[in-house]
Amino acid sequence: MPEVKDWTTDYDIFDPSYKKDPFPIWDEIRGQCPVAHSERWGGSFMPTRYEDLFNIARDITNFSSRNVLVTDFEAPPEGAVYEEPTQEDLAQYNVGAPPITSDPPVHTWARKLLLPPFSVTSVSKYEQETRELCAELVDGFIKNGHADGAADYAQQIPSRVIASMLGIPKEKAGEFTEWVRGFLELGLTDPVLRQESAINIFKYLNEQIQEHKANPGHDDLITYLLNAEVDGEPVPEGHVLGTCFLILVAGIDTTWSSIGSAIWHLAQHPEDRARLINEPELIDSAVEELLRAYSPVTMARYVANDTEYAGCPMSEGSKVLMNFPAANRDPSVFENPDKVILDREKNPHIAFGVGIHRCAGSNLARMEMKVSIQEWLKRIPEYHLENPDAVTWAGGQVRGPRLMPVAW
Amino acid sequence: MGRRPGPRAAIDAGGLVVVMKVKVDSEKCQGHNRCYAMAPGMFKVDELGYATPRGDGTLTPDKMALAQKAVDNCPERAIEIVDE
Repeated sequence: MPEVKDWTTDYDIFDPSYKKDPFPIWDEIRGQCPVAHSERWGGSFMPTRYEDLFNIARDITNFSSRNVLVTDFEAPPEGAVYEEPTQEDLAQYNVGAPPITSDPPVHTWARKLLLPPFSVTSVSKYEQETRELCAELVDGFIKNGHADGAADYAQQIPSRVIASMLGIPKEKAGEFTEWVRGFLELGLTDPVLRQESAINIFKYLNEQIQEHKANPGHDDLITYLLNAEVDGEPVPEGHVLGTCFLILVAGIDTTWSSIGSAIWHLAQHPEDRARLINEPELIDSAVEELLRAYSPVTMARYVANDTEYAGCPMSEGSKVLMNFPAANRDPSVFENPDKVILDREKNPHIAFGVGIHRCAGSNLARMEMKVSIQEWLKRIPEYHLENPDAVTWAGGQVRGPRLMPVAW
Repeated sequence: MGRRPGPRAAIDAGGLVVVMKVKVDSEKCQGHNRCYAMAPGMFKVDELGYATPRGDGTLTPDKMALAQKAVDNCPERAIEIVDE
Protein backbone atom coordinates (compact mmCIF):
# COMPACT_ATOMS: atom_id res chain seq x y z
CA MET A 1 0.00 0.00 0.00
CA PRO A 2 1.36 3.44 -0.88
CA GLU A 3 2.10 5.83 1.95
CA VAL A 4 -0.78 7.97 3.21
CA LYS A 5 -0.14 11.63 2.35
CA ASP A 6 -3.53 13.10 3.22
CA TRP A 7 -5.49 11.47 6.02
CA THR A 8 -8.71 13.33 5.20
CA THR A 9 -8.99 11.97 1.65
CA ASP A 10 -6.89 8.82 1.68
CA TYR A 11 -6.86 7.33 5.19
CA ASP A 12 -5.80 3.74 5.73
CA ILE A 13 -6.96 2.25 9.01
CA PHE A 14 -4.46 -0.59 8.57
CA ASP A 15 -1.46 1.73 8.19
CA PRO A 16 1.14 0.92 10.90
CA SER A 17 1.20 4.54 12.10
CA TYR A 18 -2.60 4.53 12.45
CA LYS A 19 -2.55 1.32 14.44
CA LYS A 20 0.15 2.59 16.75
CA ASP A 21 -1.00 6.15 17.37
CA PRO A 22 -4.28 7.13 15.72
CA PHE A 23 -5.01 10.02 18.10
CA PRO A 24 -3.21 12.85 16.26
CA ILE A 25 -4.66 11.53 12.99
CA TRP A 26 -8.19 11.77 14.34
CA ASP A 27 -7.51 15.29 15.60
CA GLU A 28 -6.24 16.26 12.17
CA ILE A 29 -9.30 14.81 10.42
CA ARG A 30 -11.73 16.23 12.97
CA GLY A 31 -10.20 19.67 12.58
CA GLN A 32 -10.05 19.72 8.79
CA CYS A 33 -12.72 17.49 7.34
CA PRO A 34 -14.73 15.78 10.06
CA VAL A 35 -16.28 13.20 7.74
CA ALA A 36 -13.28 11.89 5.86
CA HIS A 37 -13.34 9.62 2.85
CA SER A 38 -10.90 7.09 1.44
CA GLU A 39 -10.95 4.79 -1.56
CA ARG A 40 -8.76 2.24 0.17
CA TRP A 41 -10.08 -1.20 1.10
CA GLY A 42 -13.22 -0.87 -0.98
CA GLY A 43 -13.89 2.73 0.00
CA SER A 44 -15.51 4.22 3.09
CA PHE A 45 -16.48 7.38 4.91
CA MET A 46 -15.15 8.06 8.38
CA PRO A 47 -16.87 10.47 10.76
CA THR A 48 -14.73 11.61 13.70
CA ARG A 49 -16.93 14.07 15.64
CA TYR A 50 -18.98 12.81 18.56
CA GLU A 51 -22.17 14.42 17.28
CA ASP A 52 -21.81 12.79 13.86
CA LEU A 53 -21.23 9.33 15.28
CA PHE A 54 -24.21 9.85 17.59
CA ASN A 55 -26.46 10.84 14.69
CA ILE A 56 -25.33 8.20 12.20
CA ALA A 57 -25.53 5.35 14.72
CA ARG A 58 -29.11 6.29 15.50
CA ASP A 59 -30.18 6.66 11.86
CA ILE A 60 -30.84 2.99 11.18
CA THR A 61 -32.93 3.76 8.09
CA ASN A 62 -30.06 5.17 6.09
CA PHE A 63 -27.24 3.34 7.86
CA SER A 64 -27.87 -0.38 7.99
CA SER A 65 -25.98 -2.99 9.99
CA ARG A 66 -26.25 -5.68 7.35
CA ASN A 67 -22.50 -5.43 6.92
CA VAL A 68 -20.45 -4.29 9.89
CA LEU A 69 -16.97 -5.05 8.60
CA VAL A 70 -15.28 -2.36 6.62
CA THR A 71 -13.21 -4.13 4.03
CA ASP A 72 -14.40 -5.39 0.69
CA PHE A 73 -11.90 -7.21 -1.41
CA GLU A 74 -11.48 -9.79 -4.09
CA ALA A 75 -8.03 -11.31 -4.11
CA PRO A 76 -6.19 -13.10 -1.31
CA PRO A 77 -2.67 -11.91 -0.58
CA GLU A 78 -0.02 -13.16 -2.95
CA GLY A 79 1.38 -16.58 -2.10
CA ALA A 80 -1.40 -17.48 0.33
CA VAL A 81 -2.44 -21.14 0.34
CA TYR A 82 -5.71 -22.14 1.93
CA GLU A 83 -8.21 -24.93 1.89
CA GLU A 84 -11.19 -24.05 -0.30
CA PRO A 85 -14.50 -24.04 1.58
CA THR A 86 -17.13 -26.36 0.17
CA GLN A 87 -20.38 -24.95 -1.21
CA GLU A 88 -22.15 -26.96 1.46
CA ASP A 89 -20.19 -25.23 4.22
CA LEU A 90 -20.85 -21.85 2.70
CA ALA A 91 -24.59 -22.52 2.48
CA GLN A 92 -24.86 -23.97 5.97
CA TYR A 93 -22.91 -21.20 7.61
CA ASN A 94 -24.41 -18.25 5.78
CA VAL A 95 -26.35 -17.24 8.90
CA GLY A 96 -24.87 -13.85 9.73
CA ALA A 97 -24.23 -12.87 13.33
CA PRO A 98 -27.59 -11.70 14.65
CA PRO A 99 -28.41 -9.21 16.07
CA ILE A 100 -25.23 -7.23 15.31
CA THR A 101 -25.78 -7.81 11.59
CA SER A 102 -29.56 -7.36 11.75
CA ASP A 103 -31.84 -4.41 11.18
CA PRO A 104 -35.35 -4.28 12.65
CA PRO A 105 -37.64 -6.23 12.70
CA VAL A 106 -35.31 -9.22 13.22
CA HIS A 107 -33.01 -7.09 15.34
CA THR A 108 -35.79 -6.31 17.81
CA TRP A 109 -36.54 -9.88 18.88
CA ALA A 110 -32.98 -11.12 18.42
CA ARG A 111 -31.69 -8.47 20.79
CA LYS A 112 -34.40 -9.14 23.34
CA LEU A 113 -33.33 -12.77 23.25
CA LEU A 114 -29.66 -11.97 23.74
CA LEU A 115 -29.71 -9.23 26.40
CA PRO A 116 -30.97 -11.09 29.53
CA PRO A 117 -27.95 -13.42 29.83
CA PHE A 118 -25.73 -10.32 29.58
CA SER A 119 -27.53 -8.21 32.19
CA VAL A 120 -25.57 -6.86 35.15
CA THR A 121 -27.08 -9.55 37.38
CA SER A 122 -26.44 -12.43 34.97
CA VAL A 123 -22.89 -11.33 34.35
CA SER A 124 -22.11 -11.03 38.06
CA LYS A 125 -22.40 -14.82 38.30
CA TYR A 126 -19.12 -15.05 36.41
CA GLU A 127 -17.22 -12.53 38.51
CA GLN A 128 -15.72 -14.92 41.04
CA GLU A 129 -14.60 -17.30 38.33
CA THR A 130 -13.01 -14.41 36.40
CA ARG A 131 -11.24 -13.26 39.55
CA GLU A 132 -9.79 -16.72 40.12
CA LEU A 133 -8.69 -16.94 36.49
CA CYS A 134 -6.90 -13.56 36.68
CA ALA A 135 -5.22 -14.51 39.96
CA GLU A 136 -4.06 -17.80 38.51
CA LEU A 137 -2.63 -16.09 35.41
CA VAL A 138 -0.63 -13.59 37.47
CA ASP A 139 0.54 -16.29 39.88
CA GLY A 140 1.86 -18.17 36.87
CA PHE A 141 4.37 -15.47 35.93
CA ILE A 142 4.82 -13.19 38.93
CA LYS A 143 8.05 -14.90 40.10
CA ASN A 144 9.67 -14.26 36.70
CA GLY A 145 9.65 -10.51 37.28
CA HIS A 146 8.36 -9.92 33.78
CA ALA A 147 5.59 -11.07 31.43
CA ASP A 148 3.72 -10.02 28.36
CA GLY A 149 0.78 -8.02 29.64
CA ALA A 150 -1.11 -8.58 26.39
CA ALA A 151 -0.29 -12.15 25.36
CA ASP A 152 0.16 -13.73 28.80
CA TYR A 153 -2.63 -11.85 30.58
CA ALA A 154 -5.20 -9.75 28.68
CA GLN A 155 -5.52 -12.24 25.82
CA GLN A 156 -6.09 -15.17 28.16
CA ILE A 157 -9.11 -13.79 29.99
CA PRO A 158 -12.12 -13.16 27.69
CA SER A 159 -11.79 -16.37 25.68
CA ARG A 160 -12.11 -18.43 28.85
CA VAL A 161 -14.96 -16.40 30.30
CA ILE A 162 -16.90 -16.62 27.03
CA ALA A 163 -16.25 -20.37 26.76
CA SER A 164 -17.59 -20.78 30.28
CA MET A 165 -20.71 -18.76 29.48
CA LEU A 166 -21.43 -20.56 26.23
CA GLY A 167 -20.78 -23.91 27.87
CA ILE A 168 -17.91 -25.05 25.68
CA PRO A 169 -14.56 -26.48 26.80
CA LYS A 170 -12.10 -23.86 28.04
CA GLU A 171 -9.21 -25.96 26.79
CA LYS A 172 -10.06 -24.68 23.33
CA ALA A 173 -9.57 -21.04 24.39
CA GLY A 174 -6.24 -20.76 22.56
CA GLU A 175 -7.85 -21.94 19.36
CA PHE A 176 -10.79 -19.54 19.69
CA THR A 177 -8.34 -16.70 20.03
CA GLU A 178 -6.57 -17.74 16.83
CA TRP A 179 -9.84 -18.11 14.95
CA VAL A 180 -11.20 -14.81 16.16
CA ARG A 181 -7.97 -13.01 15.24
CA GLY A 182 -8.13 -14.73 11.87
CA PHE A 183 -11.64 -13.44 11.36
CA LEU A 184 -11.57 -9.98 12.88
CA GLU A 185 -7.96 -8.84 13.01
CA LEU A 186 -5.65 -10.48 10.48
CA GLY A 187 -8.62 -11.51 8.34
CA LEU A 188 -9.68 -7.93 7.70
CA THR A 189 -6.89 -7.60 5.16
CA ASP A 190 -6.91 -11.25 4.12
CA PRO A 191 -10.30 -12.41 2.83
CA VAL A 192 -9.44 -16.08 2.54
CA LEU A 193 -8.09 -16.30 6.06
CA ARG A 194 -11.23 -14.52 7.20
CA GLN A 195 -13.48 -17.04 5.51
CA GLU A 196 -11.42 -19.99 6.68
CA SER A 197 -11.52 -18.69 10.27
CA ALA A 198 -15.27 -18.12 10.10
CA ILE A 199 -15.86 -21.65 8.87
CA ASN A 200 -13.68 -23.07 11.64
CA ILE A 201 -15.70 -21.19 14.23
CA PHE A 202 -19.05 -22.16 12.69
CA LYS A 203 -18.08 -25.83 12.41
CA TYR A 204 -16.92 -26.00 16.00
CA LEU A 205 -19.97 -24.17 17.34
CA ASN A 206 -22.27 -26.35 15.27
CA GLU A 207 -20.73 -29.46 16.86
CA GLN A 208 -21.21 -27.92 20.27
CA ILE A 209 -24.83 -27.06 19.51
CA GLN A 210 -25.52 -30.65 18.41
CA GLU A 211 -23.88 -31.90 21.59
CA HIS A 212 -26.00 -29.56 23.72
CA LYS A 213 -29.12 -30.78 21.93
CA ALA A 214 -28.18 -34.36 22.73
CA ASN A 215 -27.40 -33.48 26.36
CA PRO A 216 -29.94 -30.89 27.46
CA GLY A 217 -30.28 -29.41 30.93
CA HIS A 218 -27.03 -27.48 31.21
CA ASP A 219 -27.01 -23.96 32.63
CA ASP A 220 -25.21 -22.22 29.79
CA LEU A 221 -25.87 -19.88 26.89
CA ILE A 222 -26.13 -22.50 24.16
CA THR A 223 -28.80 -24.33 26.18
CA TYR A 224 -30.58 -21.03 26.87
CA LEU A 225 -30.69 -20.16 23.16
CA LEU A 226 -31.81 -23.67 22.15
CA ASN A 227 -34.66 -23.58 24.68
CA ALA A 228 -35.74 -20.03 23.95
CA GLU A 229 -39.00 -19.28 22.19
CA VAL A 230 -39.97 -16.22 20.21
CA ASP A 231 -43.71 -15.76 19.73
CA GLY A 232 -44.26 -19.34 20.86
CA GLU A 233 -41.86 -20.79 18.29
CA PRO A 234 -38.38 -22.14 18.98
CA VAL A 235 -35.55 -19.99 17.68
CA PRO A 236 -34.33 -21.38 14.33
CA GLU A 237 -31.11 -23.32 14.75
CA GLY A 238 -29.35 -21.19 12.15
CA HIS A 239 -30.11 -18.16 14.31
CA VAL A 240 -28.73 -19.89 17.41
CA LEU A 241 -25.57 -20.67 15.46
CA GLY A 242 -25.24 -17.08 14.20
CA THR A 243 -25.76 -15.66 17.69
CA CYS A 244 -23.18 -18.05 19.20
CA PHE A 245 -20.79 -16.94 16.47
CA LEU A 246 -21.42 -13.31 17.41
CA ILE A 247 -20.89 -14.00 21.12
CA LEU A 248 -17.58 -15.71 20.49
CA VAL A 249 -16.27 -13.26 17.89
CA ALA A 250 -17.45 -10.06 19.55
CA GLY A 251 -16.60 -11.11 23.09
CA ILE A 252 -12.98 -12.04 22.72
CA ASP A 253 -10.55 -9.66 21.10
CA THR A 254 -12.60 -6.55 21.89
CA THR A 255 -12.44 -7.08 25.65
CA TRP A 256 -8.90 -8.39 25.50
CA SER A 257 -7.92 -5.19 23.68
CA SER A 258 -9.52 -3.06 26.39
CA ILE A 259 -7.84 -4.97 29.19
CA GLY A 260 -4.52 -4.72 27.35
CA SER A 261 -4.86 -0.97 26.83
CA ALA A 262 -5.69 -0.52 30.51
CA ILE A 263 -2.60 -2.48 31.57
CA TRP A 264 -0.56 -0.46 29.04
CA HIS A 265 -1.83 2.86 30.40
CA LEU A 266 -1.28 1.90 34.02
CA ALA A 267 2.25 0.68 33.25
CA GLN A 268 3.14 4.26 32.34
CA HIS A 269 1.10 6.11 34.95
CA PRO A 270 2.20 5.35 38.51
CA GLU A 271 -0.10 8.14 39.75
CA ASP A 272 -3.14 6.33 38.35
CA ARG A 273 -1.99 3.02 39.79
CA ALA A 274 -1.61 4.68 43.17
CA ARG A 275 -5.09 6.18 42.94
CA LEU A 276 -6.68 2.84 42.12
CA ILE A 277 -4.85 1.19 45.00
CA ASN A 278 -5.60 3.94 47.53
CA GLU A 279 -9.12 4.75 46.31
CA PRO A 280 -10.52 1.37 45.26
CA GLU A 281 -14.02 2.87 44.95
CA LEU A 282 -12.78 4.66 41.81
CA ILE A 283 -12.67 1.43 39.83
CA ASP A 284 -16.03 1.80 38.09
CA SER A 285 -15.42 5.31 36.81
CA ALA A 286 -11.82 4.35 35.99
CA VAL A 287 -13.08 1.54 33.78
CA GLU A 288 -15.38 3.98 31.96
CA GLU A 289 -12.55 6.46 31.50
CA LEU A 290 -10.17 3.81 30.15
CA LEU A 291 -12.95 2.67 27.81
CA ARG A 292 -13.33 6.25 26.63
CA ALA A 293 -9.65 6.98 26.14
CA TYR A 294 -8.79 3.64 24.54
CA SER A 295 -12.03 2.56 22.92
CA PRO A 296 -11.21 -0.57 20.98
CA VAL A 297 -14.04 -0.91 18.50
CA THR A 298 -14.69 0.82 15.19
CA MET A 299 -17.81 -0.70 13.65
CA ALA A 300 -19.06 -0.15 10.13
CA ARG A 301 -22.42 0.64 8.61
CA TYR A 302 -23.76 0.05 5.13
CA VAL A 303 -25.44 3.00 3.41
CA ALA A 304 -28.90 1.62 2.63
CA ASN A 305 -30.20 4.54 0.54
CA ASP A 306 -28.59 7.38 -1.36
CA THR A 307 -28.30 9.99 1.33
CA GLU A 308 -26.40 13.04 2.44
CA TYR A 309 -24.77 13.60 5.79
CA ALA A 310 -23.14 16.86 6.85
CA GLY A 311 -22.95 17.91 3.21
CA CYS A 312 -21.36 14.60 2.23
CA PRO A 313 -23.28 12.76 -0.46
CA MET A 314 -23.21 9.02 0.28
CA SER A 315 -24.45 6.57 -2.28
CA GLU A 316 -26.23 3.32 -1.52
CA GLY A 317 -23.77 0.54 -0.85
CA SER A 318 -21.05 2.82 0.58
CA LYS A 319 -19.49 1.97 3.90
CA VAL A 320 -19.26 4.22 6.92
CA LEU A 321 -16.58 3.53 9.48
CA MET A 322 -18.13 4.14 12.87
CA ASN A 323 -15.15 5.69 14.56
CA PHE A 324 -16.49 5.62 18.12
CA PRO A 325 -12.91 5.81 19.47
CA ALA A 326 -12.38 9.18 17.73
CA ALA A 327 -15.74 10.46 18.98
CA ASN A 328 -14.58 9.70 22.49
CA ARG A 329 -11.60 12.05 22.05
CA ASP A 330 -13.71 14.92 20.70
CA PRO A 331 -12.77 18.07 22.66
CA SER A 332 -16.22 19.58 22.12
CA VAL A 333 -17.68 16.92 24.40
CA PHE A 334 -14.78 15.83 26.62
CA GLU A 335 -12.71 18.38 28.44
CA ASN A 336 -9.02 17.65 28.04
CA PRO A 337 -9.82 14.53 25.99
CA ASP A 338 -6.28 13.19 25.71
CA LYS A 339 -5.84 13.05 29.45
CA VAL A 340 -7.00 10.03 31.38
CA ILE A 341 -8.91 11.33 34.41
CA LEU A 342 -10.00 8.32 36.43
CA ASP A 343 -12.83 10.17 38.16
CA ARG A 344 -13.98 12.20 35.14
CA GLU A 345 -17.35 13.69 36.01
CA LYS A 346 -18.86 14.00 32.54
CA ASN A 347 -18.19 10.93 30.49
CA PRO A 348 -20.99 10.03 28.07
CA HIS A 349 -18.55 7.91 26.03
CA ILE A 350 -19.84 5.76 23.22
CA ALA A 351 -17.20 3.02 23.31
CA PHE A 352 -20.06 0.49 23.23
CA GLY A 353 -21.81 2.38 20.47
CA VAL A 354 -25.05 4.29 20.77
CA GLY A 355 -28.59 3.55 19.62
CA ILE A 356 -30.20 0.16 19.09
CA HIS A 357 -26.89 -1.63 18.45
CA ARG A 358 -25.40 -0.72 21.83
CA CYS A 359 -22.96 -3.54 22.58
CA ALA A 360 -24.93 -6.41 24.11
CA GLY A 361 -21.87 -7.60 26.01
CA SER A 362 -21.02 -4.26 27.61
CA ASN A 363 -21.77 -5.40 31.17
CA LEU A 364 -19.59 -8.45 30.68
CA ALA A 365 -16.74 -6.39 29.23
CA ARG A 366 -16.89 -3.96 32.16
CA MET A 367 -16.85 -6.78 34.68
CA GLU A 368 -13.84 -8.39 33.01
CA MET A 369 -11.98 -5.06 32.84
CA LYS A 370 -12.69 -4.26 36.47
CA VAL A 371 -11.66 -7.65 37.77
CA SER A 372 -8.56 -7.94 35.58
CA ILE A 373 -7.27 -4.50 36.65
CA GLN A 374 -7.99 -5.17 40.33
CA GLU A 375 -6.38 -8.58 40.40
CA TRP A 376 -3.30 -7.35 38.51
CA LEU A 377 -2.76 -4.34 40.78
CA LYS A 378 -3.35 -6.41 43.90
CA ARG A 379 -0.36 -8.56 42.97
CA ILE A 380 1.73 -6.24 40.80
CA PRO A 381 1.23 -2.72 42.11
CA GLU A 382 4.51 -1.49 40.62
CA TYR A 383 5.48 -2.31 37.04
CA HIS A 384 6.59 -0.66 33.82
CA LEU A 385 6.86 -1.26 30.10
CA GLU A 386 10.07 -3.18 29.55
CA ASN A 387 10.59 -1.44 26.23
CA PRO A 388 7.89 0.95 24.98
CA ASP A 389 9.02 0.42 21.38
CA ALA A 390 8.47 -3.31 21.63
CA VAL A 391 4.72 -2.88 22.10
CA THR A 392 2.78 -3.90 19.00
CA TRP A 393 -0.78 -2.80 18.27
CA ALA A 394 -3.61 -4.36 16.36
CA GLY A 395 -5.65 -1.76 14.59
CA GLY A 396 -8.29 -1.48 11.94
CA GLN A 397 -11.63 -2.26 13.51
CA VAL A 398 -10.38 -3.48 16.90
CA ARG A 399 -7.49 -1.64 18.52
CA GLY A 400 -5.37 -2.91 21.37
CA PRO A 401 -1.86 -4.08 22.26
CA ARG A 402 -0.87 -7.54 21.02
CA LEU A 403 2.67 -7.75 22.44
CA MET A 404 3.48 -5.73 25.54
CA PRO A 405 6.50 -6.81 27.60
CA VAL A 406 6.23 -5.47 31.14
CA ALA A 407 8.54 -5.91 34.13
CA TRP A 408 8.42 -5.35 37.89
CA MET B 1 -22.86 20.01 22.25
CA GLY B 2 -24.21 22.95 24.20
CA ARG B 3 -23.88 23.19 27.94
CA ARG B 4 -26.83 21.72 29.71
CA PRO B 5 -28.35 23.65 32.59
CA GLY B 6 -27.15 22.45 35.96
CA PRO B 7 -29.49 21.31 38.70
CA ARG B 8 -31.57 24.06 40.19
CA ALA B 9 -32.40 24.53 43.82
CA ALA B 10 -35.51 22.83 45.04
CA ILE B 11 -36.92 26.13 46.27
CA ASP B 12 -37.42 28.83 43.65
CA ALA B 13 -36.83 32.56 44.13
CA GLY B 14 -40.39 33.21 45.26
CA GLY B 15 -40.04 30.72 48.09
CA LEU B 16 -42.32 28.16 46.46
CA VAL B 17 -41.27 24.57 46.79
CA VAL B 18 -40.45 23.12 43.40
CA VAL B 19 -40.46 19.36 43.13
CA MET B 20 -37.60 18.15 41.02
CA LYS B 21 -37.81 14.78 39.38
CA VAL B 22 -35.48 12.61 37.40
CA LYS B 23 -36.96 11.05 34.29
CA VAL B 24 -35.81 8.45 31.79
CA ASP B 25 -37.07 8.63 28.22
CA SER B 26 -37.81 4.97 27.47
CA GLU B 27 -37.68 5.64 23.73
CA LYS B 28 -34.09 6.82 24.02
CA CYS B 29 -32.75 4.45 26.70
CA GLN B 30 -30.76 1.59 25.19
CA GLY B 31 -29.81 -0.15 28.40
CA HIS B 32 -26.23 1.05 28.84
CA ASN B 33 -26.64 0.78 32.64
CA ARG B 34 -24.50 3.87 33.17
CA CYS B 35 -27.08 5.61 35.39
CA TYR B 36 -27.58 2.45 37.40
CA ALA B 37 -23.86 2.33 38.16
CA MET B 38 -23.28 6.10 38.51
CA ALA B 39 -26.20 6.91 40.79
CA PRO B 40 -26.64 3.88 43.07
CA GLY B 41 -30.19 3.48 44.29
CA MET B 42 -31.71 6.11 42.01
CA PHE B 43 -32.63 3.87 39.09
CA LYS B 44 -33.67 0.32 38.51
CA VAL B 45 -32.98 -1.63 35.35
CA ASP B 46 -34.89 -4.52 33.86
CA GLU B 47 -33.29 -7.67 32.45
CA LEU B 48 -32.75 -5.92 29.11
CA GLY B 49 -30.95 -3.08 30.86
CA TYR B 50 -33.65 -0.47 30.36
CA ALA B 51 -33.70 2.02 33.21
CA THR B 52 -36.52 3.68 35.13
CA PRO B 53 -36.30 5.90 38.20
CA ARG B 54 -37.01 4.19 41.49
CA GLY B 55 -40.31 5.35 42.93
CA ASP B 56 -41.68 8.44 41.19
CA GLY B 57 -38.24 9.95 40.59
CA THR B 58 -38.61 12.79 43.10
CA LEU B 59 -35.22 14.23 43.99
CA THR B 60 -34.39 15.51 47.43
CA PRO B 61 -31.85 18.36 47.30
CA ASP B 62 -29.06 16.05 48.44
CA LYS B 63 -29.67 13.82 45.41
CA MET B 64 -29.49 16.58 42.81
CA ALA B 65 -25.78 16.25 42.12
CA LEU B 66 -26.03 12.51 41.72
CA ALA B 67 -28.95 12.87 39.31
CA GLN B 68 -26.96 15.41 37.31
CA LYS B 69 -24.13 12.90 37.10
CA ALA B 70 -26.54 10.35 35.64
CA VAL B 71 -27.67 12.96 33.09
CA ASP B 72 -24.08 13.84 32.18
CA ASN B 73 -23.00 10.24 31.67
CA CYS B 74 -25.93 8.86 29.70
CA PRO B 75 -24.71 8.23 26.15
CA GLU B 76 -28.27 8.27 24.81
CA ARG B 77 -29.24 11.63 26.39
CA ALA B 78 -32.22 9.79 27.82
CA ILE B 79 -32.20 11.26 31.35
CA GLU B 80 -33.65 14.60 32.34
CA ILE B 81 -34.17 16.54 35.53
CA VAL B 82 -37.51 18.33 35.39
CA ASP B 83 -39.52 20.47 37.78
CA GLU B 84 -43.14 19.77 38.31
